[in-house]
Amino acid sequence: MTALRVVVTGPMTSLQDAGRTGFQRYGVSPSGAMDRLALAAANTLVGNGPGAAGIEFMLLGGTFAVEDGEVAIAVMGAPCAVSVDGQAIAPAASVRVRAGQTITVGAAREGVYAYLAVAGGFAVAPDLGSLSLHRRAGIGGLDGRPLAAGDRLPLNLDRPADSSDLALGPVALEPDAPVRVVLGPQDDLFTPDGLATFASSTYAVTQEADRMGYRLAGPKVAHAQGYNIVSDGIVSGSVQVPGSGEPIVMMADRQTTGGYPKIATVVSADLRVLAQRRPGQTVRFAVIGMGEAQDLARERARAIANLTTAARPVRRGAFTSEDLLALNLAGAAVDAWAD
Amino acid sequence: MSSPRILACGDAALTIEFGSTIDPRLNARVLALDGRVAAGVPGVVETVPTYRSLLVHYDPLATDFEELSQALLALCDHLPDTPAEARVWRIPVVYGGEFGIDLEDVAARHGIGPADVIAKHSAPTYRVYMIGFLPGFSYLGGLDPAIATPRRESPRTDTPAGTISIGGVQALVASIAAPSGWHLLGRTPVRTFMPGRDPTFLLGPGDRVRFEAIPPSRWDALDRAAASGDPVAEVIG
Repeated sequence: MTALRVVVTGPMTSLQDAGRTGFQRYGVSPSGAMDRLALAAANTLVGNGPGAAGIEFMLLGGTFAVEDGEVAIAVMGAPCAVSVDGQAIAPAASVRVRAGQTITVGAAREGVYAYLAVAGGFAVAPDLGSLSLHRRAGIGGLDGRPLAAGDRLPLNLDRPADSSDLALGPVALEPDAPVRVVLGPQDDLFTPDGLATFASSTYAVTQEADRMGYRLAGPKVAHAQGYNIVSDGIVSGSVQVPGSGEPIVMMADRQTTGGYPKIATVVSADLRVLAQRRPGQTVRFAVIGMGEAQDLARERARAIANLTTAARPVRRGAFTSEDLLALNLAGAAVDAWAD
Repeated sequence: MSSPRILACGDAALTIEFGSTIDPRLNARVLALDGRVAAGVPGVVETVPTYRSLLVHYDPLATDFEELSQALLALCDHLPDTPAEARVWRIPVVYGGEFGIDLEDVAARHGIGPADVIAKHSAPTYRVYMIGFLPGFSYLGGLDPAIATPRRESPRTDTPAGTISIGGVQALVASIAAPSGWHLLGRTPVRTFMPGRDPTFLLGPGDRVRFEAIPPSRWDALDRAAASGDPVAEVIG
């Protein structure tokens, strides 16, 4: 059976898919890829559905040996060098790798999360309907834990379908874009000044930023009447403001309920934009209306559905920068490849 | 009772809030609405009942905030504010000592003996108001106010799996190791959450719970049984 053997990887490398649905009422967080668009793009390049499980890298990459058969892979998300047996491969494109060859994914040059997808996906049993690792709960991933050297990930396909390799434009990280939010559910527990501070200030991502949440540093948001509420439900993107007055944005591995007031909620399309910011990078929030937020959600769903038609076949084998330019890929992608 | 409020939670969820306090009547309405939503509302993906509100995750491609708000408010007519009948679980607990390191401190705070705290904690039939925070963490209403104790000023970074604790007027059955600012009265070998076991979760929102004090000498055998998939908790009503 074709498999990927983990030779070496970072401590936060895990299997992640589109997340776990239906168990939040039992306290199980959804988990799933921190950058769903990048995962969807990597999956599209290897012919998978957008939400199939991929290997999520946080800052550090890894090295994987292919055992038996052949696999088509693609890496998308935070830009990083990818090579097969030491030979750089084109970014944002799928490539076939045979048994005995080694795939190396470099550290992220910018951004945080990158995804490696394999054609056909991993032959790993899901927990509660998902392969997404939730580390504290010990569910998903491989045996409920991150990937580590020596792990063997069996694949569903012994070899990829006999189709062309595909390429897409890179998925932009948007490091300067505002992070759009809808006010609520507890915006009424903040003073008008507090709301104005939140909406107009520049925050910085702190070192306390991980799959559970991003704690921000910056101007304090004033509560109107204390900062303890009787616990209620949390969603991915909930912006909690604890007693310190500095916002914490809840991310994929968040708890399901909590007792701090939530001033606003990051729109789902922009969760990945925040996820890709490193400690020290800035965040500005932009408050938008519900109608606009729901239009954005539909637009994002369309964009993911359209990835399949956006993917262009590429000539197998040697890749030249002319090939990339012909595909109308952004300059950044060419630079990344040259790296 | 006042009318429920609809609160926006981003582009794919909303909360229906019945109040802002811990109140059995509010919780009964939350769970009753949850039951009605489970019967089928277009676009709803999943729901999270809490003490005082129902969080509804939805698919913004299948419905929208306005349409779903109207559909949910229409389901709020004549919600009962008394809880539905539900099963009663008996959960064995070893109190005090290394199993409940705060038992003596809680007793001293209230000027009673540790045995009194155990008696007061194991007397009521509690109700599961909410399962949240982490998998299987069951938040209970019905604590005897005589032993209600404000949370610790500084939370512990780690408390053991199966911790039985109290915080303010709430009681908790924890499943896995977690940070906590609550007072640790004991531990249960019961796994309210156990991946791979059928059922993965024992308690559900609305269920009732009674604690049974057991001696430390029974811990090892019950813990082994629980580790091999035996629920150990019993349904007694």
